[in-house]
Amino acid sequence: MDQKHKQAGLTDETVIQMYEMMLLTRRLDERMWLLNRSGKIPFVVSGQGQEAAQIGAAFALNRDEDYLLPYYRDFGAVLAFGMTVKELMLSAFAKAEDPNSGGRQMPGHFGQRKNRIVTGSSPVTTQVPHAAGIALAAKMDQKPIVSLVTFGEGSSNQGDFHEGANFAGVHQLPVIFLCENNQYAISVPYTKQVAAKNISDRAVGYGMPGFTIDGNDPIAVYQCVKNAADRARRGEGPTLIETITCRLTPHTSDDDDRAYRTADEVKKAKELDPLLSFRTYVKEAGLLTEEREQQLEQEILHIINEATDYAEQAPYASPESSLQHVYADTKGGE
Amino acid sequence: MAIISYIEAVTMALREEMERDSNVFILGEDVGKKGGVFKATEGLYEQFGEARVLDTPLAESAIAGVAIGASMAGKRPVAEMQFADFIMPAVNQIISEAARIRYRSNNDWHCPIVIRAPYGGGIHGALYHSQSVEAIFANQPGLKIVMPSTPYDVKGLLKAAIRDEDPVLFFEHKKAYRSIKGEVPDDDYVLPIGKADVKRKGEDLTVITYGLSVHFALQAAEKLAQDGIQAEVVDLRTVYPIDKETIIESASKTGKVLLVTEDNKEGSVMSEVAAIIAEHCLFDLDAPINRLAGPDVPAMPYALPMEKYFMMSPEKVEKAMRDLAEF
Ligand SMILES: Cc1ncc(C[n+]2csc(CCOP(=O)(O)OP(=O)(O)O)c2C)c(N)n1
Ligand SMILES: [Mg+2]
Repeated sequence: MDQKHKQAGLTDETVIQMYEMMLLTRRLDERMWLLNRSGKIPFVVSGQGQEAAQIGAAFALNRDEDYLLPYYRDFGAVLAFGMTVKELMLSAFAKAEDPNSGGRQMPGHFGQRKNRIVTGSSPVTTQVPHAAGIALAAKMDQKPIVSLVTFGEGSSNQGDFHEGANFAGVHQLPVIFLCENNQYAISVPYTKQVAAKNISDRAVGYGMPGFTIDGNDPIAVYQCVKNAADRARRGEGPTLIETITCRLTPHTSDDDDRAYRTADEVKKAKELDPLLSFRTYVKEAGLLTEEREQQLEQEILHIINEATDYAEQAPYASPESSLQHVYADTKGGE
Repeated sequence: MAIISYIEAVTMALREEMERDSNVFILGEDVGKKGGVFKATEGLYEQFGEARVLDTPLAESAIAGVAIGASMAGKRPVAEMQFADFIMPAVNQIISEAARIRYRSNNDWHCPIVIRAPYGGGIHGALYHSQSVEAIFANQPGLKIVMPSTPYDVKGLLKAAIRDEDPVLFFEHKKAYRSIKGEVPDDDYVLPIGKADVKRKGEDLTVITYGLSVHFALQAAEKLAQDGIQAEVVDLRTVYPIDKETIIESASKTGKVLLVTEDNKEGSVMSEVAAIIAEHCLFDLDAPINRLAGPDVPAMPYALPMEKYFMMSPEKVEKAMRDLAEF
């Protein structure tokens, strides 16, 4: 019998790339926590536990043409769309060269036009109508472009989720709504956010298909998002996909999750860590040797060390440059 | 050159811009087949088709948010809010998103959208169809707010707004739609956003205002002229960012300033104008800065006597001007 990834249309090379990117994302995330705890960077928001969903989804798209509207945990997705470790470190250190914002925004507020990573803000879910707008532009121009927008399950309660999904449904726009359901919105569990059994149950209200899938399985996510993207490109409209995962860290570096969930619960979640299960998968598929794994860890360590050193030493933007870029013709601080 | 109404100038500017640039499109509630509840987009659906004159679901945050997304993908959306009063569900998209996209991305992304909305009272619209909402947005760097008074200005400024690289709120006085007419050239012209216009020259006092009240001030100025008092009338045209230079120049010249807005007084656009004059012209002033505005109640009531009590009028402006002239 064919291996699972081959059934999903993934080559050996691609599937190992996915694993490597998941590992890179995790190691980068872990480093950021270390930097935060040692007082070098003020803030971390983390994607640990959601890498499989993010990377499975990103790999299912055309990363040279499609648009990504990420939310703050999507380190895996933005890396897959072409942002570099160095660039993410520059953002963590809030340095001038940070392509997301030049150090203006907190980390996790992604944006990079050349890679079609659309700039985001802090008020949750505002990116959802933007994804519909980008898809509307693609449809008007008859370009086979898809927009992928992500958000948490708590955030799916915002009006902008409803307004954006309804708009995309009515106009049959090529949008993929990816809800990364990690079961908590800061401290509030799913059952106190949503009365429906699944977020995907809402899809019917927007006239689109909805799926709830295992977000710890990157191949399942790839397959589901790929189908949605194919449908979108055929002009068959949007899809709502919900990936079930666990948030393996506190909400952010400013949160202490012991106040609202037990150590046992976190321990159980860690047993489902997608990095571990995917590692087992690629090893059993004969795609990752012990030797290659060690080499990979070394390569990643090197990339992250280099990026950290670079970002730490990089200059801040000048204080006066705060005055720039209010409007197209804004001068000041130059 | 033809004499057309204020709303016809809106339609004309939209049509010309849509003919000029295929990326320009309109979206909003009832803007398509119906041509808008005020008919500002009349005939455009027939000319450009439903893809470019899009009837949206009744959801203002999506109207703004979809426009923002489309603009980031290269389009030039012109969104219509059916009434300025109903822009409230879209405030988050306008302030948190549109106004900040260029700044927060360090100039990587930008958001060239126009949001048009009919505002203002005197049309029996009561609380929720009469409001002036500009003050909510007039302290948000990143936004531009245009509020024209004449058909000529409407055409030139709406075209400029559509071509602008940044988000522009374009508020149209709904009572002016059919009551104000004027000469509008057929040819293509744009007027500068951010520049006030001196609509009447005078030496004795300055009235600074915008929108429909410009006409009230001009009418009153003619009456005062019969008594030998020459009033200057400055039309702000853009209420944000504001044209400080023209304000300072006129206030310094006449030394007496009356600031008129149909909005309620506290924290209005005119509060900022007063501050600018206080900062820059104190020793040129011959009288305290005067503000004439709506009362500080939440919005305009429905019943005619109450509406008239709230609403600006030529008589109110004339009286305030005479009082100031005599000071
Ligand atoms: C409009 C708005 N309200 C509140 C917040 C504060 N806030 C930030 S993240 C968050 C929880 C989001 O939970 P969820 O959508 O499930 O995403 P997760 O963080 O779990 O990935 C809250 C309340 C915000 N950023 N925006
Ligand atoms: Mg969550």
